[in-house]
Amino acid sequence: MNPRILAATTGRILRQLRHDRRTVALLVVVPAALLTVVYYMYVDQPTPPGQPAPFDRIALVLLGFFPFIIMFLVTSIAMLRERTSGTLERLLTTPLGKLDLLFGYGIAFGLAAVVQAAVAAAVAYWLFDLDTAGSSGLVILIAAVNAVLAVALGLLCSAFARTEFQAVQFMPVVVAPQLLLCGLFVPRNEMAGWLQAVSDVLPLSYSVEALQEVGSSAEPTATMWRDLAIVAGAAVLALVLAAATLRRRSG
Amino acid sequence: MQDAIALRDLVVDRGGRRVLTGINATVPCGTVTGLLGPSGSGKTTLLRALVGVQVVTAGTVTVLGYPAGAPQLRRRIGYLTQAPSVYADLTVRENARYFAALQGRGSAQADQAVTDVGLRAAAGQLVATLSGGQRSRASLACALVGDPELLVLDEPTVGQDPVLRAELWARFHAMAAAGTTLLISSHVMDEAARCDRLLLIREGRLIANDTPAAVRAATGVDDLEEAFLRMIQAGEAGTAGQEAS
Repeated sequence: MNPRILAATTGRILRQLRHDRRTVALLVVVPAALLTVVYYMYVDQPTPPGQPAPFDRIALVLLGFFPFIIMFLVTSIAMLRERTSGTLERLLTTPLGKLDLLFGYGIAFGLAAVVQAAVAAAVAYWLFDLDTAGSSGLVILIAAVNAVLAVALGLLCSAFARTEFQAVQFMPVVVAPQLLLCGLFVPRNEMAGWLQAVSDVLPLSYSVEALQEVGSSAEPTATMWRDLAIVAGAAVLALVLAAATLRRRSG
Repeated sequence: MQDAIALRDLVVDRGGRRVLTGINATVPCGTVTGLLGPSGSGKTTLLRALVGVQVVTAGTVTVLGYPAGAPQLRRRIGYLTQAPSVYADLTVRENARYFAALQGRGSAQADQAVTDVGLRAAAGQLVATLSGGQRSRASLACALVGDPELLVLDEPTVGQDPVLRAELWARFHAMAAAGTTLLISSHVMDEAARCDRLLLIREGRLIANDTPAAVRAATGVDDLEEAFLRMIQAGEAGTAGQEAS
């Protein structure tokens, strides 16, 4: 990796995003709008004794989940565009290293995710009185790391997609199982053993656990930091695998 | 004169089909060499092999003394793909500056490259809003921007008006005079006359590697298109004769 080339690539991706105002608007507005829907869905639901209010429990997880799903989609399409427009082929003839490109995407979309998560969190905390024992900053941090994981998985999956049709099919494959098994619908320790085992190897389970720790503890817990490290590690692993599957030469 | 490019028994298969069948050729430094042939003859595949993005089945490709695709070459080669490969959602200037940054060049050089391809007035425009010809010149600017020793250009003048085409060819020759080696593919035979040397390929075979004057002399016709037709016919008669014997 070369810091100058990495910075140029990150800047280039952010500049592309800036020119696409509609995408920026969608990135910022959609999670907040969906949170509004969730708020009114649960506004009249009773709070089970000894548990957080249903909106608090669900909104907290969604704050981490929105950047994950959106950044996965955005990255898959962005990388596929690099492939189909020929820019990837040209980039691979320049001094740009594969990791410069992949980390460039990770940083650029990670920054976009921070903005997205901050707006969604502001709406959740201020408009809908989201109540967490821990700080909102940690929620945004976890959401951002989640987004970087999504970018990394998107880059990895795009290596196996030749067309847009194939690229979008990876979304249900990668995202849906993680959503179902992350502990939002059924607590993980109440699942069948084999589902728990699957859930244990899915990185999103750890970011949901980290968010739940922020929800229930005033101070950051060791479990939260461990979970965050696992998610970050999974992201780095996916980026390295993406670099390994990105070939300078093709047939 | 040293060779910028040396191809030895180059064989490339793509999609289960043999696209290049044992090409042997050299391209001297500081020349404008035209790579000509009908569409589907293997021109783009040959150029991709040179810049190191094509899987090669057999043979060797040596570029500026290194095997094609070597990391040392990435600062020394400019590559223009056939379809314009620039970011449609960036301006011309932003594209040029990004590719300049990859080559360790500053924004002044990027802006110069944009001017060189005649796009100064459109520098602030998004590539998506450019005409086809402008878009391919934006792409060309991004290939020129690193001041490469070898420029590999896949049909750079397609869709350009005659005045611009003449300007671009004048620029290519000026660059060659300054020491740059240019390999330029085209399927338009009237561009052949503008080259110092010609490589003619057809169905993955090299059928001529000479100067335009020598090609004319060998075939006895002045028009290069007619000369190529004769070479192709002579080649086919030769092959038919071999098969008969």
